Amino acid sequence: MVKIPPVLRQAVGGEREIDVPGDTVSEVLERLYELHPQVRAQLLTPQGELHRFVNVYVNDEDVRLAGWLETEVGEADTVMILPAMAGGAR
Amino acid sequence: MARSYQDLLAAARERVPETQVEELAEQLAGDEPPLVVDVREQHEWDEGHIPGSVHVPRGNLESRIAGEAQVGQEVVLACASGNRSLLAGQTLREMGFENVRSLAGGYNRWKQNGHPFDVPRTLAPAQRSRYARHISIPEVGEQGQLKLLDSKVLVIGAGGLGSPAAFYLAAAGVGTIGLVDDDVVDASNLQRQIIHTTDRLGELKGESARTSIEALNPDVQVDVHPVRIDRDNVLELIDGYDLIVDGADNFPTRYLLNDAALMTRKPLVHASILRFEGHASVFMPYEGPCYRCLFPEPPPPDLAPSCGEAGVLGVLCGVMGSIQATEAIKVALEIGDTLAGRLLIYDALAMTFTELKVRRDPDCPACGPNAVLEFRDYQAWCAGVGHSAAAAVGAGA
Repeated sequence: MVKIPPVLRQAVGGEREIDVPGDTVSEVLERLYELHPQVRAQLLTPQGELHRFVNVYVNDEDVRLAGWLETEVGEADTVMILPAMAGGAR
Repeated sequence: MARSYQDLLAAARERVPETQVEELAEQLAGDEPPLVVDVREQHEWDEGHIPGSVHVPRGNLESRIAGEAQVGQEVVLACASGNRSLLAGQTLREMGFENVRSLAGGYNRWKQNGHPFDVPRTLAPAQRSRYARHISIPEVGEQGQLKLLDSKVLVIGAGGLGSPAAFYLAAAGVGTIGLVDDDVVDASNLQRQIIHTTDRLGELKGESARTSIEALNPDVQVDVHPVRIDRDNVLELIDGYDLIVDGADNFPTRYLLNDAALMTRKPLVHASILRFEGHASVFMPYEGPCYRCLFPEPPPPDLAPSCGEAGVLGVLCGVMGSIQATEAIKVALEIGDTLAGRLLIYDALAMTFTELKVRRDPDCPACGPNAVLEFRDYQAWCAGVGHSAAAAVGAGA
């Protein structure tokens, strides 16, 4: 299951969570891009790399510190896409 | 058979050995000092006591002694002249404390013989009543409350997060609260910025917040800084404060605050909000991860809508600002486990709290060992100069 942050929800038709198959983070994200092509443009650079401002977690662990995009994803795991949020005062 | 006061004292003296003030003074200067438990009343303790002693009034002795002493520990009981401490010793003997003595002549003789004593700073009677619910918490207590009154917290933004955070910090008796905001109160703020009021529309937010805080708690000194924080004034603004509460509304300010907090080694209590979702964490410079360990680069503006553009549930601000106030108090009191090393995500629609691990990034460009920490042009950096613009749709209005 992939958790979609508020800023990406419009690109996925308002969904908060989407069930997509895949054994690695990379497979899960690819499947997500197929379903919702707009997300690809938001998360990836023109060169196809994940933007540095996007954090991806499998459960509570940052994939940067695990196996990056090859981090394994089990059926019960949650993949969370997390860009920073700025809001506070206004 | 009725037993008089003298009978009780005589019986106590048979079971509880006495120690002399000179002997105690020597022991306290030695390697294994006994625990001195002062059993007098609050006002007597406040007037002065033996340095290093703990205060457990005789009326609470049975219920509170376990929090201060182990059964096998060497304990010397002290009162004013050595009688109440004998009777207290009887009680502790009954509770299984074998190694208990009573200070002959008590605190009065200790002081008369020229030994040093501490006169604690204490709360005024009105403060004792105002903060009674804090004082009852063992982790806070009177000393903790005094610490809060000595604390100086700088709140960035007197808006969605800053309003509840500053309001609760003021209620808690944080003695000095600085408010940085150059904006004025607008009608659209009042759905969430509870420190402001309808009759103060158009006033500077800092001044409006000061009015509310002063009405709530006259103990609090409010410093209003009606400026936009930038790299030229940030160090001057945070100077003199113990910690920073980040309730800013934009990335340039957040990255600027992170760098300034690292430079001055001040804890940064973070939260951000959008629609129904809130993030919170605590960044302890060089002890835990910093904001840039978590988010090395800001997202482009189209992926980072403000609450003004995307909206925010008013009460979400109350939850997240209160979490910031909680963490600020814990940092100030050095109690509990803060959110350092964790990002707390609150989803108000699903009503779930999720925690993510945040670790120090060994290559962090701000706090890593090879980092060269200097202020940059945060506006340009966050506007996407330098990284490829994503063809993003964003959250829309």
